[in-house]
Amino acid sequence: MSAEAGATPDSADREARVRYLLRLADTSLVLAQRLGEWVGHAPALEEDLGLANTALDLLGQARLLYAYAGELEGAGRDEDALAFLREEADFLNVTLAEQPNGDFGDTVVRQFLLDAWQLELYEWLQRSADPRLAAIAAKAVREKRYHLRYSSGWVVRLGDGTEESHARVSASLQQLWPYTRELCDADDLDRKMSSAGVAPDLSGLYAAWLRRVDTVLAEARLERPADTPYLWYGKQGRHSEHLGRLLALMQYLPRVHAGARW
Amino acid sequence: MSTERDWPLYEIFIRARGGLDHKHVGSVHAADAQMAVEHARDVYTRRNEGVSIWVVRSADIVASDPAEADALFEPARDKIYRHPTFYDIPKEVETL
Repeated sequence: MSAEAGATPDSADREARVRYLLRLADTSLVLAQRLGEWVGHAPALEEDLGLANTALDLLGQARLLYAYAGELEGAGRDEDALAFLREEADFLNVTLAEQPNGDFGDTVVRQFLLDAWQLELYEWLQRSADPRLAAIAAKAVREKRYHLRYSSGWVVRLGDGTEESHARVSASLQQLWPYTRELCDADDLDRKMSSAGVAPDLSGLYAAWLRRVDTVLAEARLERPADTPYLWYGKQGRHSEHLGRLLALMQYLPRVHAGARW
Repeated sequence: MSTERDWPLYEIFIRARGGLDHKHVGSVHAADAQMAVEHARDVYTRRNEGVSIWVVRSADIVASDPAEADALFEPARDKIYRHPTFYDIPKEVETL
């Protein structure tokens, strides 16, 4: 497909494009909401601010993506409608993003795996055949580089730290690793976007992601867990039990007080 | 939030724009210097305050003793002629 086709999808492709944008946006929004839960509870004031800054960057990425998805969809849904008025099965974030914060090490590992993934993804998307998505990605890449520096710094610090921090962060990695296979498992929508030049081929992206992850894990003296056969499909709307509660909390206010403003 | 600290304190200096000096803005706790830079970035530059960060372990700063303030600074107090305020400045000089 030509670059022009990537820029302006016909109506048949539009729905797929909107769905793909929602995958990206929902992953950022759900992760931002999780990080926001740390505000006032992080192990140190400085970490509190660091996590909140990352959350706000992610929220900004989600807003740009939602606004674009809403325009493309043409059904009159703005970013608020997409974030607050869809239900659990409509959310297309990867399952890893919705996993609970757990302890600080769990949060750091979840963040690291997703930061490395989003950085690879947005680096590629800067060259997307969809120019608006490419522009959003170019902004996101600068933020993601810092996020990854922050989270990988903590993975190394905890992994190569004390006996206890090493044991605990190893357990976090074991627990969260099974959710990473979804990141690289291409489904019909991924393949459609890839062949249109809008999004990357996931298997190639996975190899680059794995190299990035392995480098940090080696420095952190952590062993990469073996892959497990079970696959999650949050990106198709089939989620773990954790997303419903997150959405209930996040969507309560705009649903009860529709149209409320500051 | 935990108040128990075993991270050392770092003093933070921020350069607001190219060409200006780094100015002391405050301090953060951090496990190492790299973390101190990241904390300083998150705490002190989130409103676009800076283009460069210096961090220094607070323990590495040698300070004058406040008890000796008189001995150190009193001798300069009556030497106002050291300020260049006794010159007539020509009107044409605008930005002195």
